[in-house]
Amino acid sequence: MDMDLITNILFAMVRTGTPLLLVALGELVCEKSGVLNLGQEGMMLMGAVIGFIAALTTGSLIFGVIMSLLVGMAMAMLFGLLAIQLRANQVATGLALTIFGAGLSAYVGTDYIGQALAGFQPMLIPLLSDIPILGKALFSQDILVYCSLGIALAIWLFFRFSRPGLMVKAIGESPYSATAVGLPVIMTRWLALLFGGAMAGLGGAYLSLAYTPLWAEGMTAGRGWIALALVVFASWKVERVLLGAWLFGLASIMHLVLQGMGASISSNLLATLPYLATIVVLVLLSSNQSRSRLLAPMSLGKPYHPAG
Amino acid sequence: MKSLIKKALVCVATAGLMTLSTLSSAVEKPLKVGFVYVGPVGDAGWTYGHDEGRLEMVEKLGKNIETTYVESVSEGADAERVIRKLAQQGHDLIFTTSFGYMNPTLKVARQFPNVKFQHATGYKRGKNVGTYSARFYEGRYLTGVIAGHMTKNNVIGYVGSFPIPEVVQGINAFTLGLRSVNPDATVKVVWINSWYDPAKEREAAESLIAQGADIINQHTDSPAPVQAAQDKGVYAFGYDTDMTRFGPDAHLTGSMVHWGGFYTDTAKAVLDKQWKAEDVWGGFSAGMVEMAPYNKAIPETVVAQVEAFKAQIADGTFTIFEGPIKAQDGSIKVSEGTKLNDGDILSMNWYVEGVEGSLPN
Repeated sequence: MDMDLITNILFAMVRTGTPLLLVALGELVCEKSGVLNLGQEGMMLMGAVIGFIAALTTGSLIFGVIMSLLVGMAMAMLFGLLAIQLRANQVATGLALTIFGAGLSAYVGTDYIGQALAGFQPMLIPLLSDIPILGKALFSQDILVYCSLGIALAIWLFFRFSRPGLMVKAIGESPYSATAVGLPVIMTRWLALLFGGAMAGLGGAYLSLAYTPLWAEGMTAGRGWIALALVVFASWKVERVLLGAWLFGLASIMHLVLQGMGASISSNLLATLPYLATIVVLVLLSSNQSRSRLLAPMSLGKPYHPAG
Repeated sequence: MKSLIKKALVCVATAGLMTLSTLSSAVEKPLKVGFVYVGPVGDAGWTYGHDEGRLEMVEKLGKNIETTYVESVSEGADAERVIRKLAQQGHDLIFTTSFGYMNPTLKVARQFPNVKFQHATGYKRGKNVGTYSARFYEGRYLTGVIAGHMTKNNVIGYVGSFPIPEVVQGINAFTLGLRSVNPDATVKVVWINSWYDPAKEREAAESLIAQGADIINQHTDSPAPVQAAQDKGVYAFGYDTDMTRFGPDAHLTGSMVHWGGFYTDTAKAVLDKQWKAEDVWGGFSAGMVEMAPYNKAIPETVVAQVEAFKAQIADGTFTIFEGPIKAQDGSIKVSEGTKLNDGDILSMNWYVEGVEGSLPN
């Protein structure tokens, strides 16, 4: 395997992992506050279709991204109305949101199928992109990839060093204790949820505006679900979500590269590689701490009744 | 008890309505035609092609027919339910448009002997089940000839969906065409185990490009491989529909399917009570396969050569799978003068010489 190929593999790894990373980061914040939103796939699809339509009709990719953020938040709002305000079952509401998003995006996007759009182009960062091997993977991507890295860092700092970060965690662990010390549970959950929605919309937009700039029904192909699983495997840790998303990307790429190299392994077996690798590594990573304490936010998925 | 009465009432009412509607439509009853699609109509590929065919039929036959379609029906138990439902709803002719619908179609067909079924790309037929498919491989042979002239690295990347005969035929025909003009060129195949996953298709194309391929061919349904080729400055062949707009420089041409003529003829045959359960496997001659517009980058002499081949394939003077054909290991698989029959082609599970890697089973 020559250097060029390795560089290309790493580049593709980061790019393949990016939509997963964006969505998983949003869901991580949301789950940290105790809200489990299984509607990621639906929010992603809506973000993808609305982002694409907005960018195509106005000719501005940035406008497309903004619209995808907004539509992701609108979808999350729908979830919030039911699951936070009306305290509906979060799992059922999330599933409904996915089905709703899949259907609505298909309906909205009918006229935009088969339209071509010039998507985000790679932006080389001078000097840094010349670093051997890693330079191309990290510093010659498109702007949304840089955003994903920036957001990952910001969320890590947020939970690690900031007071509001601590607040979100406290609310996710025990909303009733948090209320007792005067923290705004409902408000915080709403904000976390909306952030998650925006990120899912952005993840969808990454697919329809940068990765494969086109709209096609169901184009997320289950990535929303993989992102959800990533959050669990990553035991709700930002750095592990990043690692897991890239690892998944790497394994997906290797499945293709190995075939091209003529490896005589069943392609069906290779296709399971990304899932296997991600699960194994993340389980190994989290096995140490799982003994000492439960990793999931304690109140995850449980409706909060302010009076009780 | 109450609900039981309610149900009974509903049943009676429905039955009454149905009699009424049969009475009123006895004068001029349109033929009800149902379609079962494996993907969304918006996939810009396989299912889109079938739906274009349905629309062409509607346009040509107008009020004589009435169509329904069900999209994104997964292959398996769910398919049987959908097909049965269409039959129960009084459809006279049902097209099931994916290989995996084969057994469900036959099963439902036995229960509804008066309904006509047409199953795409399968090989099992019944009294009221016909099969149809297009000889995609004819178009793929021509893309191979073009690739042989256009490649500089002599490495072609091929994004495959599933290792089934339909796809293997295409790879082999492509490779035969390729090596007929460029015996040094080889084909690298990557299977993505999906008909439709734009991101994965793109990644597969790019990994092939990274491994030296300077032309990408695809047997998956989204235009993502063409987009990847455009971005990387290499050539590509589309599939199903004209994908030029996804890569104006990259898209050389592609083999397209055209179902509209067949759908119209079939519905007409049913209307005229001439329908028989047959196996229709049409290529250029039947107008089921067409070539997308040729890219200007292809030299005129090459286009002329390809068009000549096309005419010969259409009138039967040239046969693609005619010996001598060597298998991957160089041994003679089809001896000189022998032509593979349709059965051999439909069960093809071996690579010709020039394809790299082993065929997953």
